[in-house]
Amino acid sequence: MSPPVTPAPARARRMEHCMGTVFTVDIRDSGRWDEAMSDVVHWLHHVDGVFSTYRPDSDISRLQRGELAPVDADPDVAVVLDLCARYQAVTGGWFTPHLNGRIDPTGIVKGWAIERASDLLRECGSAHHVVSGGGDMQLAGEAAPGCPWRVGISNPRDGQSVLEVISVRDAAVATSGSAERGAHIVDPFTGRAVDALSSVTVVSSRLTLADAYATAAYAMGEAAAQWLETTDVDAALVVGSQGTRCPVSAWSAMVAPMPQPPSW
Amino acid sequence: LRRIAVSIVATITGLVLLLSFKTHGLGGTTAPAAALASPTGSSTPAATTGSGKAKHTSKSSAKHATATTSPTHATVSTTTGDAVQTRYGPVQVRITVKDGKLTRVEPTEYPQTEPRDVQINDYAIPMLDREALAAGAATIDVVSGATFTSDGYISSLQSALDKAGL
Repeated sequence: MSPPVTPAPARARRMEHCMGTVFTVDIRDSGRWDEAMSDVVHWLHHVDGVFSTYRPDSDISRLQRGELAPVDADPDVAVVLDLCARYQAVTGGWFTPHLNGRIDPTGIVKGWAIERASDLLRECGSAHHVVSGGGDMQLAGEAAPGCPWRVGISNPRDGQSVLEVISVRDAAVATSGSAERGAHIVDPFTGRAVDALSSVTVVSSRLTLADAYATAAYAMGEAAAQWLETTDVDAALVVGSQGTRCPVSAWSAMVAPMPQPPSW
Repeated sequence: LRRIAVSIVATITGLVLLLSFKTHGLGGTTAPAAALASPTGSSTPAATTGSGKAKHTSKSSAKHATATTSPTHATVSTTTGDAVQTRYGPVQVRITVKDGKLTRVEPTEYPQTEPRDVQINDYAIPMLDREALAAGAATIDVVSGATFTSDGYISSLQSALDKAGL
C-alpha cells in the first residue's frame, strides 16, 4: 500500500526585524494572510515606536524626560504600565518596570505585543498560528490537525542545541536567561546582575504572564522553582547554572520524547 | 578548534532541523517512500509519492531530493542542502531519512584547504553527525530561549527553522 497522500499544509510565514530582535509569524490555516501579516508587522513596529527605550522619540522616552504628559501618551502606555504594576505585585517585586529609577517596561512589552499580535490574527480568522519574537511565543491551536506544537527549549549553555522538546496546544512559552545578552536581568532589590540560574522557561495560556513570571523567577535565583510551584503557571523548567533541570507543575507531562540517533 | 566544531554543529543542526521540518509538514511519520539518492540530478519525485511531496520539495531550500517507492515499502529519502557559508568556508551536508527518521548526515563540503582543517574535521565530523542527530532529530516548530538580538538571530536555531519554512 502506498502512503496516504496528504496535501502540503497551508502555511504563511514571515520574519520581521523589530525591537532589536527578530519576530516570526507562522500561520497554519489555509487562506490568504497577506493583509493580516501586514497588520501584525505594523502593530509590532507601532509598539516599538511607542515603547522603545532606545528611541529618543518614543512615548516612553518622552515621558521619561517629562516632555510628554501621561494623558497625552499613546493609550497603550497606560495599559502596559498597569500590567507592569500588577505583575510587580504578584511577583512580590521580583518583576519590576523600574530600573535605576527609570521607567522601563521593556521586560513585558515584547511578550505583550506578541500576545496581542496573536489576538489580532485570531480576529482575522486564524485559529492555528505561532507568533514568536526573540525566543518567546504565543501559540494558537495546533501545528497541524491532530498535531500539537512542538517547542524546542534552547540549551542555555550554547543556544545551538535543543535541551528538551515540549508539545503544547493554545499556549504561551517564555524563556528568561543570560544566554546571549550576558547577564542582563538584575535583582530588583540589590540592582546586581543575577547569575544563579542558566534559564527559566514558563508555559502559561498568555505570554504577558509567562514572560513576566519567567523574568521574575530568573531574578529570584535558587528560589525560582519553589515560587513557580505556588503560582498558576501551567508548567516551567528551571535550569541551574550547572545545568541541573528542575521541572515544575505539568512540565514532565508536556515533554515530548527526543528520538535517539540510530547506532551506526 | 572548539569554535569550528561549534560552528559546524550549528550548521548541520540547522540542516537537520530543516529536514525534520519537512517531514513534519508531510504529516509526521507518513513520509513518502523509498529511494535512491541522485545528488546531481534535479528533483524528480516518483508519481507514487504524491503531490504533497512534490509540492513541498519544490518549495523547500533543498537543492536535490529524490524518493521512490520500493516493493517493501521501506521509506528512504536523501536530500542535499544548500551550501551554507560559515566563517571557515562553505559547509554542505547530505541527509538520509529512513522511515521518517534521520539515519545519516554526511557533509559533502566543508573547509579543508588548510591541513589543520583536515586534521580537525577528520575526527570532528563523524562525532558532529551524531550530535546533530541527537539534537535535531525531533521535529520542532519553534524554539524558546533567552532573547536573541537581531545579529544573534542569524546563528540561532530559530533562524534555521525559519529558513526551512521558506
